[in-house]
Amino acid sequence: MRELSVDEVLAMYECMVRIRHFEEKVAEVYAKGIMPGLAHLYTGEEAVATGVCYALEPTDYITSTHRGHGHVIAKGADLGPMMAELFGKETGYCQGKGGSMHIADFEKGILGANGVVGGGIPIATGAGLAIKLRKGKEVVACFFGDGASNQGAFHESLNMAGLWKLPVIYVCENNYYGISVSKKRHQAIDDIAVRAASYGMPGVTVDGNDVLAVRQAAEEAVERARKGEGPTLLVCNTYRWRGHHEGDPNRGARYRSKEEIEEWMAKCPIKRCEEYLRSKGVSDNKFEAIKAAVDKEIEEALKFAESSPYPDESMALRDVYA
Amino acid sequence: MREITYREALREALREEMIRSPEVFVMGEDAGVFGGIFGVTAGLMAEFGEERVLDTPISEAGIAGAAVGAAMVGMRPVAEIMFVDFLTIAMDQLVNQAAKWHYMSGGKLKVPMVVRTPTGTGRRTGAQHSQSLEAWVAHVPGLKVVMPATPYDAKGLLKAAIRDDNPVVFIEHKMLYNDKGPVPEEEYLVPLGKAKVAREGRDVTIVATSLMVKRALQAASALAEEGIEAEVVDPRTLRPLDIDTIIASVQKTGKLLIVHEATTFCGFGAEIAAQVAEKALYSLDAPIARLGAWEVPIPFSPSLEDRVVPRVEDIVERARTLVRENI
Ligand SMILES: Cc1ncc(C[n+]2csc(CCOP(=O)(O)OP(=O)(O)O)c2C)c(N)n1
Repeated sequence: MRELSVDEVLAMYECMVRIRHFEEKVAEVYAKGIMPGLAHLYTGEEAVATGVCYALEPTDYITSTHRGHGHVIAKGADLGPMMAELFGKETGYCQGKGGSMHIADFEKGILGANGVVGGGIPIATGAGLAIKLRKGKEVVACFFGDGASNQGAFHESLNMAGLWKLPVIYVCENNYYGISVSKKRHQAIDDIAVRAASYGMPGVTVDGNDVLAVRQAAEEAVERARKGEGPTLLVCNTYRWRGHHEGDPNRGARYRSKEEIEEWMAKCPIKRCEEYLRSKGVSDNKFEAIKAAVDKEIEEALKFAESSPYPDESMALRDVYA
Repeated sequence: MREITYREALREALREEMIRSPEVFVMGEDAGVFGGIFGVTAGLMAEFGEERVLDTPISEAGIAGAAVGAAMVGMRPVAEIMFVDFLTIAMDQLVNQAAKWHYMSGGKLKVPMVVRTPTGTGRRTGAQHSQSLEAWVAHVPGLKVVMPATPYDAKGLLKAAIRDDNPVVFIEHKMLYNDKGPVPEEEYLVPLGKAKVAREGRDVTIVATSLMVKRALQAASALAEEGIEAEVVDPRTLRPLDIDTIIASVQKTGKLLIVHEATTFCGFGAEIAAQVAEKALYSLDAPIARLGAWEVPIPFSPSLEDRVVPRVEDIVERARTLVRENI
C-alpha cells in the first residue's frame, strides 16, 4: 500500500476539523433553541467519513444517514447551505424542506442523507447496479450504523450486490449503539464483518478512529469495485461522543457509563491524526491555522443561515412531482 | 377526577394489562432501557424484567412478524414501531400475515397483537418522520385501527385493544403525549368501534381524528362565539367504524366537515364521506367538506410544516363557510 503524502493527510485532518467544529457549532446553536427538529451529531466519528470519502473521486456517489453531516461535509458539501438547511431556511440545500436528516447534493454525488434507518442501503445498491449496467467506473460508498445492519434491507441488498458484483462499499459505522440499545443487546455476533461471508464479499474491520487505516481499507475496496470485482463490507469501529441526538442528555449517560464515554474520547481521531502529522514534522502553528480558517468558514455559514429567509408558503407545493 | 397525561395513561394501560395477564408482553426499539423514545414504556422493564419488556434490534419487519408468531401461539404482544412512518417496513407482516390468518385458517387461528405507533406532525422531523398513514392500515380487512385523542380514551382503548383477539394498529399522536386529562383510578375499558360525541352542537358536524379532535374542539369554541354551534364527533376507532354515531349527528346538523391530518386524496375522510353519502345523503343540506394536509410530503421548515396541516383557523373558516353559505 502506498504511503500518503503529508499534504494528503493534512487535507484529511482539515476535513475532520471541519466536521468536528461544524458539529460543535450545531450543538451550541441547538442548545439555544433556535434550530428546529433533531440534530444527530457525528462528533467522534470523523475519521470514518473522512477516510472513506478521501478514497473517492468527485464523480463517485455516497448515501448517508440520519447522522449525515460528516458524510456530506467529507464529500464536499458547502457549509452555508448545510447550515441553512438545518435552520429550515430557503437557501438550504433542500430549500428547507429536508432538514438535517435529508441533505442531498446531486452535483457532489450525495444521494441524500436518510431519516429511515437502513433506507440508504438499497439505494446504494441500486446506484451500483446502474453503474454496472452503464459500464461506468464510478463507485458508491454507503454509510450506515451497526443498528442499521439489523434491517432486512441490509441483508437483501448485500446479497444482491454480492451476487451481481456491484461497485459498492458498504461502510458500517459501528459506534456500538442504536439510540440506547447497545450492540451487545441487538446483535448475536461480535464482529459485523462476518456477515459479509454470507453474501460473497470480503468483510474488513478497521479501527474507525484511525483515519489512515480507514483510508487504506477504503482505497482497497474502491480498487476492487472499480475493477469489477464487486462489493466490500467495511466495518469501522468508532464511537459517538454526544447523545443519540441533541435532545438526549449527558452524552447518552442514561444507557452507557461515563467511563466508557471518556475512554473513547481519549481515542480522539483528530488528536491521533495530529500526533501522526507532528511525527512527520508538521508544526502546531499549522494546526492552529487550519482550525482558525475552519472556524471562520463556520461563522460565515451560520451568518448566512441566520440571515436567510424561511421559505414562503407557496414553496410548500413545489417539487411534489418532477 | 385526577388528571394524568396521555403518555401516563398509555403506560398505565400497559402496566395494568401486564399485571392482569402473563401473556401480555412489550417489545420495540428502545422500549426497554430507554422506556421508549416518547417515554410510554418508561419503568416497565425495571418492573417486569427483560423477558417481558424487550429491546429489539432495528428490524421493523422482524418485530411485526415476531408479534404475529407469538400471538398465533397464545401470547398477547404489544409491539412498538417507533414512528408510524416505519410501519411501511412492517407492512408485509401486518397486511399479509396479521390481518389474514384468522380468515385464511377458517377461523382456527387468532392473532391477538397490538402495534403501537406515534403519528403526525409538529416536531420538525421532516417527511420521513411526520406522516399520517392510518388510511393504509384501515384499508385492510382483518386489522383494527384505533386513534385516541384524549388520555381517557388512550387508556381505555389500549386496554381494550390488548384484550381484543384481533391485530390492532394503535396510533398515538406525538403532540398529545404531554396533554393532561381526567382518567379514573378504577379500571375501565373503552370499547373498540364506538365513536364519541366530543361536543354537542346543532349547526354543523365536524368529524375529526387524533390531534385534529383537539383542534376541532378549539375551532368549535371559536365558532360558538360567532353563534355557530358545531358538534364534534371523534370516531376513535377507524376500523371498525361507528358510522351510526356520525350519521345521527349529520341528521341533526345537516352539514358535515371531516378533518384529519393525512392528505385528503384516498384519505380516511373519503371513507366517511362516501358512507354518509350512501346512507344519509338526504339529511345533508350542503356538500360534504374535507380538510386534510396539503398534497405534499411533510416539509421540514417550521414555516411550512405548520402551514400544510389543518390549523384551528382553517377548521373555523371551513365550518363557517359550510354553515353560512348553506343556510
Ligand atoms: C426504519 C427506522 N426505524 C427506526 C428509526 C429511529 N431511529 C433513528 S436513528 C436510530 C438508531 C440507529 O442506529 P445506528 O444504525 O447504529 O446508527 P447511529 O445512530 O448509531 O449512527 C433509530 C432506531 C428510524 N429512523 N428508521
